[in-house]
Amino acid sequence: MTVDAVIIGSGPGGSTAADVLTRAGWTVVIIEKGRNHLLDARDMTKPASDYSNDEIKFTNRRFLGPDPFLEPRTFRRGHDDGDHTHVGEVNSIPSTVGGGGTHADGKTPRFREVDFGMLSTFGPQPEAEVADWPLTYDDLEPWYAMVERAVGVAGTAGANPFAAPRSGPFPMPSGAPMYGATLSTAAAEKLGFHPYAAPTAANSVPYDGRPACNNCGFCAFLGCPIHAKGDPVALLTRTMATGRAELWPETFVSRIRTEGRRATGVDYIGPDGIERSMDARHVIVAGGAIETPRLLLLSRLGGALVGRYLMVHYQTIVVGVMPFDVHGDRGRAVTHVHDDAMIPDDLSRAAAREAGLPWLRGGMVEHGGGGMPVSEAKIYPWGAGHGATMRDSRMRRHLWAFIMQGEDLPYRTNTVDLDPTVRDVRGFPSPRITYRGGRHELAASAHHGPRLEAVLKEMGAVWTLRTSSPGGSFEGIRRRMIPESRHVIGTARMGVDPATSVVDPYGRLHDLDNVVIADSSVFPTASGYGPTLTLVALAARAAGALAGTAPEL
Amino acid sequence: MLPQTGRWVHLHAPVEHPTDRADDGARRAERDSHPWYRDPVPIWLTEAEYNTLRAVCDALIPPDGDSPGAGEAGSADYIDTLLGAFSFDPPRIWAGGPTSGRAGGEACFGDFHHLSALDELAWRTRIEGSQGLAAREFNGPVTGYQQRYHEGLGRLGEDFPQAAPDERVVRLKADPEFLELVFGHVCEGMYGAPEYGGNHDTIGWRAIGFAGDVQPRGWTDQEVSAP
Repeated sequence: MTVDAVIIGSGPGGSTAADVLTRAGWTVVIIEKGRNHLLDARDMTKPASDYSNDEIKFTNRRFLGPDPFLEPRTFRRGHDDGDHTHVGEVNSIPSTVGGGGTHADGKTPRFREVDFGMLSTFGPQPEAEVADWPLTYDDLEPWYAMVERAVGVAGTAGANPFAAPRSGPFPMPSGAPMYGATLSTAAAEKLGFHPYAAPTAANSVPYDGRPACNNCGFCAFLGCPIHAKGDPVALLTRTMATGRAELWPETFVSRIRTEGRRATGVDYIGPDGIERSMDARHVIVAGGAIETPRLLLLSRLGGALVGRYLMVHYQTIVVGVMPFDVHGDRGRAVTHVHDDAMIPDDLSRAAAREAGLPWLRGGMVEHGGGGMPVSEAKIYPWGAGHGATMRDSRMRRHLWAFIMQGEDLPYRTNTVDLDPTVRDVRGFPSPRITYRGGRHELAASAHHGPRLEAVLKEMGAVWTLRTSSPGGSFEGIRRRMIPESRHVIGTARMGVDPATSVVDPYGRLHDLDNVVIADSSVFPTASGYGPTLTLVALAARAAGALAGTAPEL
Repeated sequence: MLPQTGRWVHLHAPVEHPTDRADDGARRAERDSHPWYRDPVPIWLTEAEYNTLRAVCDALIPPDGDSPGAGEAGSADYIDTLLGAFSFDPPRIWAGGPTSGRAGGEACFGDFHHLSALDELAWRTRIEGSQGLAAREFNGPVTGYQQRYHEGLGRLGEDFPQAAPDERVVRLKADPEFLELVFGHVCEGMYGAPEYGGNHDTIGWRAIGFAGDVQPRGWTDQEVSAP
């Protein structure tokens, strides 16, 4: 059997490509290395019932994978650290059917015009290789509109004064604001910020046959038990209903096979452990910005830039303890955000000058509550007083937090490559992440952190803390140099010139005619917005280019 | 059963599973009549180890009048269930979904998920250790939870439950690696879902005013937005 396309990865990018291609009449096989807990195994046109409000299952026992024993990753800050300083979990996005869409709390902002033209707008930065994208916001806008409808995004057009123009309204109105967010947005507005209801892929009303979100609060890092989240469930069930797709979970693609300038198919290992090959007319790679370059490196494809310019969002984390219960355990984890840290002002220009840099950009700031009780319990010191501390609950019921997803710049030295010694369970080299924040990220975090802290104090905080990731951590406030962000970006950058990029403006590898990358690997710069909606729009655009279809308006 | 072929046949080679150390017919019958450990019945731990662990639980999260200690809450049972997870079928690793029945819906958490061959490899290695088996040592030997608990509790001594509170603290601090492991598990047993063996009758959640799993009821928009 030769299918029209084999799609490697069933996350937001792969499932979007599958949806576009199957509706255009293509036959596809979607290969996913993780288990299937999203779709009913007996009828993949329907969702499964495996997800639940269970902190142990998802947070402590990694139900969504990857298991760091089976699929370890390694980390180092740079060459001076040696081969690696850590083996285990690094920036792990779920390895499961639905990929990163299953654990995300569903923030789905669009990028703005400037995010596609950072070099021409702001100019270069020392040590970094800031680049313009080979497409504009206007090029992508119809695809943004299409995928917002496909996954189901709730939002309020016009609420964000900095937002790029939209061709139409959001598919759904915004959901209920969290109590804490009503207070933090008021405080932020008083200090001159412009918070707004976050565009969120969680149903505020029944949508596309799925129910409205009922605000259970077990949102970030857990799968949605009622499938109200705009994870790939809608795209995958629709894909499977065409009858033109197969989905193979627990199957690992080990190599893309090629002849000359064309890929002929892939080698894969199924759940039975047996190595096989399959033929395909096209290969779509959507493993995310760590697994995608790993596969290209294992296949010796893509050229010398594969794996370079890894970006993860340099997070600035500011927490405040309130003298009242903010009940952050109710609602969609984050209902409000603000973009002001991405808009240059006199203060940020002065901070840039002081740091000896031409400009500074932060990122989208998420307004959110604390974690769940097991995570909270592990923060506090053991012994007498632990019970009282849990009842007082400064780090959960009374905690409100800002997380700024700071734009980190593309540095040639931040990379994904193959670890020289560590292997996965199937015997293949593990991906090694080499990452260190640059001067820009440190200066931006140092500048914006105190401004966010001031908002929490205005909100009423009796205690505040600023930290960053990498650099610090919620868990015991320990220094931790491994970034905790799951926004992995870069590593197969998009561009017109094969000398400075890996893929063309439609995600196609420069050195092969029929291999397309459909995930956030292709971003030339990271922006400070969550990458999901943009990678989904790019995947739809790339698949549309293959199939010769226009965005559905 | 997976075919014994392919490049990773070593993954599926038959192995001796030492999990059921504390198992016998009578104990199994008693255990199966107490699915979530309303009465402590050690699965994997010996009685002496269990008693030491329960005292450790109360040293780490002591009762204080308003909250139970982790011993009463069931953290030792949670840990014992984890150590003996593979004496159940399916293994007690991941509770089922989508609802527990506590907030409506069906009581499904008790229907634990079946593990894939790779899941089983990972969790058996994590719990039992690699034991020199090639399938488990592709990146080197792994010391499992069972050995760490057996040795860690042994170092604390069988007289730990009778030791003075200050002496308990001294002994716990003398073994920081074991302390870190057991404190994490004690917290999970105190505040995780009861189906994993701890948090008996949701006593941990009730003590801190946590609603626990709330599907399918959820929260109304008013409950989300109002003080």
